Amino acid sequence: MPEAVVLGWRQYRLERRMFWRNPSAAFFNFLLPLLFLAGAGAILSGSQHDLDKLVPSIAGMSVMSTTFTALGYNVVFLRERGVLKRIRGAPLPAGSYFGGVAANAVTNTALQIAIVVVAGRALFGLDWPLHWIELVVFVVVGVISFAALGVAFAHVIPNFESTAAYVNAVFLPVVAVSFFVFDSSSAPGFLRTIAEALPLKPLIDGLSGAMVTGSDLGSHLDALAVIALWGVFGIYFAVRGYTWEQART
Amino acid sequence: MSHAGPAIEATALSKRYGDYVALRGIDIRVERGEVFGLLGPNGAGKTTAVEILEGYRERTEGEVSVLGFDPAQRPIELRRRIGIVLQSGGIYSHITPREALRHWAAMYPHPREVEEVIELAGLGDRADARARTLSGGQLRRLDFALALVGDPELIFLDEPTTGFDPEARRAAWETIRSLRDLGKTIVLTTHYLDEAQALADRVAIIKDGRILAIGPPRDLGPGAAHYRVAYRDGHGARVERETEDPTALLHELTSEALARGERLHELTVGRPTLEDVYLELTADA
Repeated sequence: MPEAVVLGWRQYRLERRMFWRNPSAAFFNFLLPLLFLAGAGAILSGSQHDLDKLVPSIAGMSVMSTTFTALGYNVVFLRERGVLKRIRGAPLPAGSYFGGVAANAVTNTALQIAIVVVAGRALFGLDWPLHWIELVVFVVVGVISFAALGVAFAHVIPNFESTAAYVNAVFLPVVAVSFFVFDSSSAPGFLRTIAEALPLKPLIDGLSGAMVTGSDLGSHLDALAVIALWGVFGIYFAVRGYTWEQART
Repeated sequence: MSHAGPAIEATALSKRYGDYVALRGIDIRVERGEVFGLLGPNGAGKTTAVEILEGYRERTEGEVSVLGFDPAQRPIELRRRIGIVLQSGGIYSHITPREALRHWAAMYPHPREVEEVIELAGLGDRADARARTLSGGQLRRLDFALALVGDPELIFLDEPTTGFDPEARRAAWETIRSLRDLGKTIVLTTHYLDEAQALADRVAIIKDGRILAIGPPRDLGPGAAHYRVAYRDGHGARVERETEDPTALLHELTSEALARGERLHELTVGRPTLEDVYLELTADA
């Protein structure tokens, strides 16, 4: 067992090194949320109420982009390149491999959340998060759920060329609906129903409670349950549909 | 630790994908220390057969034992003892060969020295280059190196020299021979006849999911005619005769020619090459 942990650690370190060697991925991971914050922050700068909404929204989007989007891309790319096939033939326990990959996603998410929190304080005068434990719980559950959903979704994507279209077809509408419903109290009922059923809006609610409003974990248990349910769904399909090989079509 | 039987034993191995039958009950037995070649046209079932032995695919029917293990169970102990050169195995774009070899070496209980494998694979001057900047042949050498770094006792090579220039190909052959000299068992698929002839102790010719012939390359002959005597007669026409007893045939031919005062121009005695056998066996009826 310790050997599997050592191999997982080595895989994690390799994933980190590969991540930093790919400047465009680093750009999207760390600059994009900052650009969003700066751009939207400039527009909304007159209203502290809007800024209070903006920061947890961007934090929630960061969780989704570092896990769902990043893993969707990575799995399809590695599958098409034959890297997954090579790894499957090596004496590397599946748990070590996926543990390393997941830990890599967690690291990116943690770094992004830290950037968003610091930027929220430095640029928009927010306080430090009020409930650290709540923040960690929501980020961890969010990461697991969105990461599993990303791997599961990768099975649907036929080839690497179409990855951007597939991932954005999910990412952009989910972000748009969730942001809109989170921000607006006058959102139509059916949109609200959809947003509440998807995992991003509940995640933003939880992050907002932890970072801005101070409502504690107990008042967001239903939101946590929705995210976790998506996680169960994602894990089931991520494992069940897992393919190490590109379909020859 | 290791059982005493053959390296690989497969009986009545078959594989179906829906209605398509990729393997129709093949029998393969590979002894330890042997270089075994699987030769056949595209779509013959070579890669399917090898990927079942490697644990990538599950057989539909038949019995398979690889180093005493059932590869379909994919035991990690088996994966520690085999090395695989895939036809379509890739690597991270931004990794260097040295990093990749160190990473892979750590997965095995008794890996080879990374620097030694780099030299062996001929990657010395490219060991610190990003994989995305390597040529096709260099990537293939990296495939080779990654399969060898765990010091496996059984090595699968799926078309290992495809994309090599002639010099790199000779070097790869030397590597394979040196592995055999170390007592490794090697299973090789190839569509290069000369490669099978040069390297394999035994060859199975496979087509449409069936083994058509199996044996040492020099013994794979169509029927009983093992020698071919050829010459040009007095009118310049080319004559070919096949025989089991070339001594008697030559005596007969040369006596007659001398009696007529003729010469047998361009007289050769040869054995059918693997290519002759292969083309004959795999020709569509």
